[in-house]
Amino acid sequence: MKRFADLQVLAGPAVLVVVAALLGTTVSVSTQGYFTDALVKVAIVVALYVFVGNSGVLSFGHISFVAVGAWTAGVLSVPASEKPAIMPNLAHFLRDRTTGNLSSLALAALVGGVCALIVALPLMRLSGLAAGIATFAVLEITHNLLRYEEKIGPGLNTFSSVPETTGLRQAALGALFVVVVAFAYSRSRFGRLLRATREDDAAARAVGASVYRQRLIAFTISGALCGLAGGLYVHLLPLNTETVYLDLTFITLAMLVVGGATSLWGAVVGALAVSAIDSGLAVAENGTSFLGWHIDLPAGTRVIVVGALMATVLILRPSGLTGGREVKLWPR
Amino acid sequence: MLAFLNIDWQTLADAVALGSIYALMAVGIGLVFGVLRLVNFAYGQLVMAGAFALAMASEWGWPVWASIALCFAVVLVLSLLMDRLVFRPLRGHSPAVMLVATFAVAFLMQSVALLWFGPLGKIATSLAYLNRPWTISTVDIRKITIVSVVVAVLCLLLLHLLLERTEIGLHMRASSMDFETARMLGVRANRVIAVAVLLSGALAAVVAVMLTVQNPLVTPDFALRDTIVVLAGVVVGGMNRPVPATLGGFSIGFASGLLGGALPTNQSQYLDSFIFAAVIIVLLVRPNGLFTTAKTVERV
Repeated sequence: MKRFADLQVLAGPAVLVVVAALLGTTVSVSTQGYFTDALVKVAIVVALYVFVGNSGVLSFGHISFVAVGAWTAGVLSVPASEKPAIMPNLAHFLRDRTTGNLSSLALAALVGGVCALIVALPLMRLSGLAAGIATFAVLEITHNLLRYEEKIGPGLNTFSSVPETTGLRQAALGALFVVVVAFAYSRSRFGRLLRATREDDAAARAVGASVYRQRLIAFTISGALCGLAGGLYVHLLPLNTETVYLDLTFITLAMLVVGGATSLWGAVVGALAVSAIDSGLAVAENGTSFLGWHIDLPAGTRVIVVGALMATVLILRPSGLTGGREVKLWPR
Repeated sequence: MLAFLNIDWQTLADAVALGSIYALMAVGIGLVFGVLRLVNFAYGQLVMAGAFALAMASEWGWPVWASIALCFAVVLVLSLLMDRLVFRPLRGHSPAVMLVATFAVAFLMQSVALLWFGPLGKIATSLAYLNRPWTISTVDIRKITIVSVVVAVLCLLLLHLLLERTEIGLHMRASSMDFETARMLGVRANRVIAVAVLLSGALAAVVAVMLTVQNPLVTPDFALRDTIVVLAGVVVGGMNRPVPATLGGFSIGFASGLLGGALPTNQSQYLDSFIFAAVIIVLLVRPNGLFTTAKTVERV
């Protein structure tokens, strides 16, 4: 019975992802893009949850690993014939190598994880505001380096010519994979120890949990998942450094907090709910008819409504839509 | 003296001016943090709103005093609104929730500006004459450089007098040490918070005036980068007390001004990386702040 209750925690988010993907197959190709984008956002937010949710420490730096993953997968999968045109100053070992879709995603996860580990080794000694600002500093440094370092990517240019392999199916499978890893981690010994440090630092230390080591493990796993999500993202649409910077940091953190940062269920619900409103408004900005009403909002209302909505949810329900609890389909 | 670092007097003066402006922003952020334990990420958007007020006033051809008055009015009203609509309902929530909420407010204000004024922004010209140089014994220094430093020093002095010599200042200092105890001893919470928010807003207006002289093109992301840098500076300096926070803000402004002038042109694009790497290193060595002595632990 315990096993069954555990499985609900996985089944809830997984079913939600599958339902979103299935809904995506019923709409037109242009609308389908919104569903694919939402599923990639689910992957990013769940990756963020692995660290932020389980540790209770806010990180502004995770989009760095999304960016690094996107750069890895992007640089490696642009066809060799097109590389000189987009990235004329690329380093030799990157210029001559091209990989397929799956291996580029795996490498994106690997590079994201390694970068996260390198960052975490010194940074996880910090806590509180110092940790928050230090992760922000990581985001700034990554953004600055990717923007101007043309040996490892397109620099200021947009990543064009990356094969657009992230359709609805790949996005859904990617999001499912991230959900399963996040579930496995949070049920593991490490996840439980990290949550213990979140709830009561002193008590967790007293039973022998090392806060530093547990945060390090979570940060690395979460960085690898962010890298994978970045790989999915770059295969979805042509990115540049501004796509994976402050706006994405804001929207993903807001999704996590709006859903309920301390549960996997909250991460998935938050990502899908905010995406749904955001895309709905984006459609309305382009002009659409809804139940016989013609709606045509001025461009820019989308961000305003989403921002206001998030502030409202945070004020009225600070623990998020789900209250930070896992899903219970059959309460006992 | 500084020739080997490739720094001339103009660079040095500009670095001091930038440091002074950042010090004012740091105090503005620190004042609110002191009484509310809330890191206001939307502070830069207050500055941005003030800058747009100046730009609109100069477009309508208003005199300088009127445009500065408009700037103060806009920023103060927005500060009070922010306090009433966002900070007050959030009081007592976890710092993480408050920070993400001010993040949301920041993006909200930025997108309102984007919708209202467009991505290209407006130009504020009424104080442009301050950008011309004064020649002091063969060295050219822009007037705004000197004005910034003088205004910043004046503001900090006035603030110091207010905090140390008046009753409301005493209440504010007591609240920033221990809000609950201060309330029990008869400090009126709403009044102290309102004063802190207003002072912080007034400083934002001053910063808006000086930043628009330095950089007359006002866009919706005006002062966004400055806010991020100042926040880093405030935490590096020490968030809990006004003096370390001010010093932190000044240091990071001074350092980025100096480094921006000293780096050779092929490296100056990496200025942000240098600054933020320094921030990380200082935080690792002194996580409670560079200029603090007491041990305090804050959870976010």
